[in-house]
Amino acid sequence: MRSVYIAGMGQTPVGEQWERSLRHIAHDAIIPAIRDAAISRADALYVGNMLSGDLVDQEHLGALVADFVGLRGIEAYKIEAACGSGGAALRTGYMAVAGGLHDVVIVAGVEKMTDTMGRDTTAGLAMAADQEYEAAEGVSFVALNALLMRRYLYEYDIPYGAFGHFAVNAHKNALGNPNAMFHQPVTLEGYRKATMIADPINLMDSSPICDGAAAVVLVSEDYARALANGRRPVRIAASTVATDSLAVHDRRDPLWLEAAYLSSRKAYAQAGISQTDIDLFEVHDAFTIMAALSLEANGFAERGRGVRLAEEGEIALTGRLPIATMGGLKARGHPVGATGVYQVVEAALQLQGLAGVDQVANADIAMTQNIGGSGATVITHVLMGE
Amino acid sequence: MSVARTWRTRKQRYALVGERCDYCHNAIFPPRDVCPHCAEPAQKEFALSGRGTVYSYTTVFDPPTGFEAYAPYPVALVKLDEGPMITAQLTDVTSEEIRIGMPVEMVTRKLSEQGDEGVIIYSYKFRPAFEQRLAA
Repeated sequence: MRSVYIAGMGQTPVGEQWERSLRHIAHDAIIPAIRDAAISRADALYVGNMLSGDLVDQEHLGALVADFVGLRGIEAYKIEAACGSGGAALRTGYMAVAGGLHDVVIVAGVEKMTDTMGRDTTAGLAMAADQEYEAAEGVSFVALNALLMRRYLYEYDIPYGAFGHFAVNAHKNALGNPNAMFHQPVTLEGYRKATMIADPINLMDSSPICDGAAAVVLVSEDYARALANGRRPVRIAASTVATDSLAVHDRRDPLWLEAAYLSSRKAYAQAGISQTDIDLFEVHDAFTIMAALSLEANGFAERGRGVRLAEEGEIALTGRLPIATMGGLKARGHPVGATGVYQVVEAALQLQGLAGVDQVANADIAMTQNIGGSGATVITHVLMGE
Repeated sequence: MSVARTWRTRKQRYALVGERCDYCHNAIFPPRDVCPHCAEPAQKEFALSGRGTVYSYTTVFDPPTGFEAYAPYPVALVKLDEGPMITAQLTDVTSEEIRIGMPVEMVTRKLSEQGDEGVIIYSYKFRPAFEQRLAA
């Protein structure tokens, strides 16, 4: 297998982009990534996206976007793994370059979620769950996460409000990210007063519905050397995927993210590291409960102790394991199919020392984890600065 | 849900018909033809009793399309006595009365309507078990 490097990056501000369509948003991330990498050609384009068919009546994004950004003719298609679509597209690009089939691949994640009414978007997001036996009963995606959070609070005797530390951290870090959706700090007091969506999940536990796109250019080692632009080279040291049952009710233990465990275990072995070597972690905090469960499954905290990491300040930029360093899904925003690519762009910026006021000191190894559904697909990447 | 899909899952929705694995003897719901416990074929029908306990619960305030008229409504993960867990709405109970561990039983109730010309979908919901209701 060949080493794979990130040669260029692009991202759009996350938010409600009324004036831009899905194809325009994709363009706004891909063109800067191409310029950033200074490439004159690409072998393939992989587009991570979850809901284009449902929310903007458009499929076939590979050809659409390739043509729209001036790459007509190249190999291109859409990759879908619910909220893990961006990570899955990155994995696909990684396999193509690592396997020697391509030298230059563009991976984009794009999602347009604000063209529809809220309830239609809610119904669309529920497609990440089992349509016949979860969504059909009127259970929204938020409600599935609420079922997990309620049980977590009960089983580990966690005081309501402890989860607020995740939201406070994410919003604090988003202040330093010009592309983040929210630039308002959140306090624990504000968390406790937030509107309930599906108890115990309130607005501050939940990532927002938004538009956005991010892109990276992946290249082989030879190309990376030729393109060297003076910035620190960032290598993808691990790329893994694991799956679990789609439905939460089919899990042997709903409070254990088996796919996160399997995926991170493989990633640590591939990268030749242990979890204690990781300097920052872009966590899939679509809901605060997901952040806690993934910290536990990835070995950063014992079962029932994920929330304690947040309480004790270990997740802050200066803590033992900084997470959501540029706002995370909660405050940067969660344009679902784009999120996995945003995570990798932010992690690479950290390793290159380009994260501004959000910079984690001496960051050499970063992990990103993108989750599809309530833990059914988990995609982990480890990036190393060289 | 489409008419065909509703019709196809009628045994599950009206009578909680799942499967029992011939090899490891675990009860399975919903039916899936391959046992999730031992990966052997599992196609022997088995009707669950419909009795279980609440594993977790929440209230949907912000419903998906098709459920607007019913919000807010309580939903739960119910651990059935035979082993499988099921996702369903709770009924005949207020949100304040629901507790983790509460015994519940299956009933057949209207789930949703699809306008004047669409089908009315019935499905399982769960209510407090008979003994619970007596005590209350």
